[in-house]
Amino acid sequence: MGEKVLMKGNEAIAEAAIRAGCRYFFGYPITPQSELPAYLARKFPEVGGTFLQAESEVAASNMIYGAAGAGARVLTSSSSPGISLKAEGISYIAGAELPAVIINIMRGGPGLGSIQPSQADYFQATKGMAHGDFSLTVLAPSTVQEAVDLTMEAFEIADRYRNPVLLVGDGIIGQMMEPVEFKEAIDPDELPKKEWATDGAKGREPNVINSLALEPEDLEDHNMKLKAKYDKMKEEEVRYEELYTDDADIIIVAYGTTARISSRAIEMARKEGYKVGMIRPITLFPFPTDIINETADRVDDFLAVEMSTGQMVEDVRLAVNGKKPVHFYGRTGGVVPSPEEIVNKIKEIGGEK
Amino acid sequence: MNEEIIMAGFGGQGIMLMGKLLTYAGMKEDKEVSWMPSYGPEMRGGTANCTVIISDKRIPSPMSSKPDSIIVMNLPSLDKFLPKVKSGGTVFMNSSLIAEEVTRDDVKVIKVPANEMANEIGNSKIANMVMLGSFVEEKNIVKPETVKESLEKVLSARNQKLIDLNVKALEKGKEFK
Amino acid sequence: MKEVAGYPDALTDKQFHYCPGCTHGIIHRIVAEVIDELDIREETIGVAPVGCSVLAYEYFNVDMHEASHGRAPAVATGIKRVHPDKFVFTYQGDGDLASIGTAEIVHAANRGELISTIFVNNAIYGMTGGQMAPTSLEGQKTTTSPFGRDVREAGHPIRMSEMLTQLDGAVYITRVSVHDPQHIKQAKKAIKKAFKIQLEGKGFALVEVLSTCPTNWGMKPSDSIEWLKNNMMETYPLGDLKTPEGVE
Repeated sequence: MGEKVLMKGNEAIAEAAIRAGCRYFFGYPITPQSELPAYLARKFPEVGGTFLQAESEVAASNMIYGAAGAGARVLTSSSSPGISLKAEGISYIAGAELPAVIINIMRGGPGLGSIQPSQADYFQATKGMAHGDFSLTVLAPSTVQEAVDLTMEAFEIADRYRNPVLLVGDGIIGQMMEPVEFKEAIDPDELPKKEWATDGAKGREPNVINSLALEPEDLEDHNMKLKAKYDKMKEEEVRYEELYTDDADIIIVAYGTTARISSRAIEMARKEGYKVGMIRPITLFPFPTDIINETADRVDDFLAVEMSTGQMVEDVRLAVNGKKPVHFYGRTGGVVPSPEEIVNKIKEIGGEK
Repeated sequence: MNEEIIMAGFGGQGIMLMGKLLTYAGMKEDKEVSWMPSYGPEMRGGTANCTVIISDKRIPSPMSSKPDSIIVMNLPSLDKFLPKVKSGGTVFMNSSLIAEEVTRDDVKVIKVPANEMANEIGNSKIANMVMLGSFVEEKNIVKPETVKESLEKVLSARNQKLIDLNVKALEKGKEFK
Repeated sequence: MKEVAGYPDALTDKQFHYCPGCTHGIIHRIVAEVIDELDIREETIGVAPVGCSVLAYEYFNVDMHEASHGRAPAVATGIKRVHPDKFVFTYQGDGDLASIGTAEIVHAANRGELISTIFVNNAIYGMTGGQMAPTSLEGQKTTTSPFGRDVREAGHPIRMSEMLTQLDGAVYITRVSVHDPQHIKQAKKAIKKAFKIQLEGKGFALVEVLSTCPTNWGMKPSDSIEWLKNNMMETYPLGDLKTPEGVE
């Protein structure tokens, strides 16, 4: 760990990508993530990186498709409407089993929506990113430090599974400044060579990067191979944080910024005698289903808090599997819930003390 | 200790910089800190605000619905943020640009003629530092020395030559508490 | 003994799936011959499109990347930026390049991306079953213009190559045809020139190759050759549209 520096989330993520050995960025401007490409445009020349502002998000996602196929650690970033456009390339990247890292600094939607913080892309991130039977690994930091650490890890996970990794933050994570420390930088030249990459068939059979399989049986085999990867992620990549789960009657499930706000609400509610705890998913896919299900055996209620009209709550319900009631509190459209509002909901669930 | 501050004013009054400087000083003193700007079209409209939180404990949210203090550099900012100040909180207002009186009696009001003081030092652009000087002196959350030491890190390369001037402005602000 | 003809190293031995009378096979072959003649087979990465030549990755004996529809220039950009010392080409049809992929080809050309594009124009969507393409001729009957292309409704045949000449990053744009041996020779020469331009780092180059689609045009192969000569060449005249000599 180095010196502590004060950085905006967007810039810190960009710096983390450089330190992860990423030297290629293709993107298109959109608020509230624009500081991320701007940082790379400024810093990449110092490390021999390639920054390219594409003609569209569609093009950018296909440029990372090409660059990932060529064997590079590659990054793109955007915000909600832009991610919808990038979905095309992301589906191909998943289909062709390529590693790539995508950042979504989420804003309000649907359509043009707003530019204020939101978590309304949960379904997009974890279920319906694009056509076809695939999943992204989805990471959800709640601090700038965690955004940095997870960005570096995202490149490792992407390489390990040959699968695109999506890191979701909201406008707050992207825009806020917090102190961060960076791990030592990785030299991209030291990374293991990707034998499957398109870099010229010198003295070997040609490599083909492809997501097409016209024979149904072939595609089914491929789909099952992908599924096996996702199953392995469910075994090995689930990350979450627990807060006061040992004595809690009510468990809040929240991620990212909403988890931070909920932790304040929990402190406030506990002072008034409500035993509230939290499970904070750090990976949204794979979702921390098991811990939620186990916890359901000893608590009374669950409360999902989101900046949406209720998306992750569905996964919480699946995890709780009918054992206990699952409540929901959400603000959306760019409105950020206050700790007081969450406390009120806790009181509604817990009754008068 | 947990201090939540909203700083607000016109674009160009150095609101963001003032916030970053205080945040940096907090970090230097090993406190938990966060800085959160307003962003998007709101900024283009000519007003700017940021929220700074300095705490002994992990900061749950970088936003503040009930700030302990506000530093307001113009009238629209006073109107917007005065209702949010915690009862017993402090309002630092730039009396050079705000002639109006504060309509609440449950907050402490500190009037700083920041523009006049800045002009006196010789640069109207450092009114923000006069305000911050007053805040640092009054609230005693970070040491004035740390704030001064942080200038080098927060000012852009092209503004490094203005460090002395900024220090003077911070000193000037001390007179108002 | 001097070998006067042979099977190109840059093609696999996989049999083409193309229809009788379709000229994709000829174009594949001359591209492969040029790769061999320039001795760049082991340095080449090709990008296949979506369309009839979607399976080009099975035919070229080089590293290949199968792109999404129209995005081959974007994919090629990604590859070339990672491997600036390698040779990268895209192989695209007219639906791919002239319709869904217009933004990608325009901007790759405008950036002077060091890639080479083979643009096969047969004035129709082949793979999806004979729909109107942006390059379909006025009055041309297709499954989606059953009464003939009405330019008031469907716009005019788009001349992509002429458009691309306006971009400073594009240094060589030419239109060729492969309907007879003489033209095949000329086409091969043009492709070689385009590829050399990339190898010399001069800028973006594109060779438009007029092609037949007897199946979807509803003609015998021999008639399709005549139709190409008599109809397509009028809308899409052959020849250099922009040359590096003209640029320099």
